[in-house]
Amino acid sequence: MTLRLDKLGVVIAAIVAYGALAAPFATFRANRIMSGEARGILEALPGWAGVLLLFILAIAGIAALIKTPALVRLGAAAAALVALAVLIGVAALHLTPEGNSFARVSPASGFWLMLFAFALAAADALTRLQLTPLARIGALAIVVAAIWLLLALGGWDGLSILKEYANRADSFWAEAGKHVTLALGSLAAAIVVGIPLGVLCHRVDGLRDAVLNVLNMVQTIPSIALFGLLIAPLGWIALNVPGAAAIGIRGIGTAPAFVALFLYSLLPVVANTVVGLGGVPRAANDAARGMGMTDGQRLFKVEFPLAFPVILTGIRIVLVQNIGLATIAVLIGGGGFGVFVFQGIGQTAMDLVLLGAVPTVALAFAAAVILDATIELAERAKGGVA
Amino acid sequence: MRLWLPTLLRLVALVLLVAFIVEPQWFEPIFKPLTENNAPAIYNQGSLLSLTVQHLQIVALATLAAIVVAVALAILVTRPFGAEFLPLSRSLVNIGQTFPPVAVLALAVPAVGFGEKPTLIALFLYGLLPIFENSLTGLTTLPQPVVEAARGVGMTGWQRLMKVELPLALPVILAGVRLSVVISLATATIGSTVAAKTLGEVIIAGLFSNNLAFVLQGGLIVAVLAVLIHDALSALERFAARRTGRAV
Repeated sequence: MTLRLDKLGVVIAAIVAYGALAAPFATFRANRIMSGEARGILEALPGWAGVLLLFILAIAGIAALIKTPALVRLGAAAAALVALAVLIGVAALHLTPEGNSFARVSPASGFWLMLFAFALAAADALTRLQLTPLARIGALAIVVAAIWLLLALGGWDGLSILKEYANRADSFWAEAGKHVTLALGSLAAAIVVGIPLGVLCHRVDGLRDAVLNVLNMVQTIPSIALFGLLIAPLGWIALNVPGAAAIGIRGIGTAPAFVALFLYSLLPVVANTVVGLGGVPRAANDAARGMGMTDGQRLFKVEFPLAFPVILTGIRIVLVQNIGLATIAVLIGGGGFGVFVFQGIGQTAMDLVLLGAVPTVALAFAAAVILDATIELAERAKGGVA
Repeated sequence: MRLWLPTLLRLVALVLLVAFIVEPQWFEPIFKPLTENNAPAIYNQGSLLSLTVQHLQIVALATLAAIVVAVALAILVTRPFGAEFLPLSRSLVNIGQTFPPVAVLALAVPAVGFGEKPTLIALFLYGLLPIFENSLTGLTTLPQPVVEAARGVGMTGWQRLMKVELPLALPVILAGVRLSVVISLATATIGSTVAAKTLGEVIIAGLFSNNLAFVLQGGLIVAVLAVLIHDALSALERFAARRTGRAV
């Protein structure tokens, strides 16, 4: 039997070899803004753990390098990822001197490179397995549960990002709440306004180009400018419209951020509604008319179900985009995870930046996986109908 | 004859834009009502012209790098040698889009420091995705008879790529470039939060000093630039599509 090399595996094995042998595994700093000292795997971990990690990495690297079944590759990559995740926590406890609360240990380039390489391997294996949408959501749930378990057991408590979290636990959850409210709330508003607007554009020819052109223009305004420009009109409304201030409309804060995100969200929702309705087969519409359906019945029973996957694609774009854009809301006092990112940039404290950036990326990623799976489910349901 | 009005509007926008960037003082009366307490109505902490040029430079550099890498990757994964990478590259493109620009920017700072570099990296990464996706679409939806004919007349793989496949895919690739440039123009303003010299400086100065006139100036210049560049690239795309006889 001859061993054949997997082309992607060669890339992955090369990154892992570099990350394990040449790049630092963890960075040790005497306090949070000092520059760090790099530590390799064997320096960063207690004796047994370093050897164990190198062993697991070697096995997983070889499993990726040669042609193996997708399930084996997935298992190997997952084992390597778990080992990396658990042992970086062990390294943090090991490197921090007893009773020292100023020292900071954070993952270094070697750790991130290996994490990237094995995540790539896992993504490749998952792609090759061609999981069903529900299985993909299941896989996401397993990953979330594993991370939650590691956090709950305190496996990462020694890491600098969690020390930053420990100092700000209350404000972290408050900002998380604001972030999610901003992203989801503006999406909900965009759906409520955008879908009827899309239907209108679909039915009224002259309206379509005008509405889509205006919404296209809105997209070209840089987000920080749009946030800023809404301060004035909303401030004016708060002062001059009775009751507006009472429901939270103010010049700075969440209101302009909410409105800006809403405006950015409209284009994908409206455009995808128009495209989705436009793609409904003429025959389906004719049949519905022939059966004597009213315009309203046709819309809800024929057009919407058939256009649903396309509309959902627009919603996915908006949700992922909003989760990212909400980080900028902090510039106008809107809160969200951006608070930590910009505080961190200001203090050149990278752990604090990570405390804001990692949850944002994780949220966006989870939203993308869940909605992609939902879109696929909707397409199948449609295939069953049509 | 319906074409002259939009063209005229664009010309007016271009003239106004250039005039504003070069001689912003002429427009002071327009912006004056937006300021309070006698704050300056026109950005006075630097030249709008040089900021605009630097803004465009950063976007152009990042986009050029993104075009080279994205098209090369798309060519690689559509050859028999790289076919193994095709499904993975698709899912990577999907995952990549979930990274918020602010996060990319903030995470690039420790690696390369403050200034233009983190902005270039973020714009490059963001620019890659639309161009790659469109190049992939362009190269995988070529009309089969044409490709077969090219093979039939004895063209080598390289000749087919350069003389048939790339020219035919060009309009679709250009559409990706257009999308990427428009996104980059707006995203580059965020680079000013990590001290890159872009038009974002004007907006951020306005946000911090509560000066709406600055915010509007910065936002308007970027938006008009984006619309004009978008239209110019659309025209280029139509030209390329006409040359290949392929409808976009």
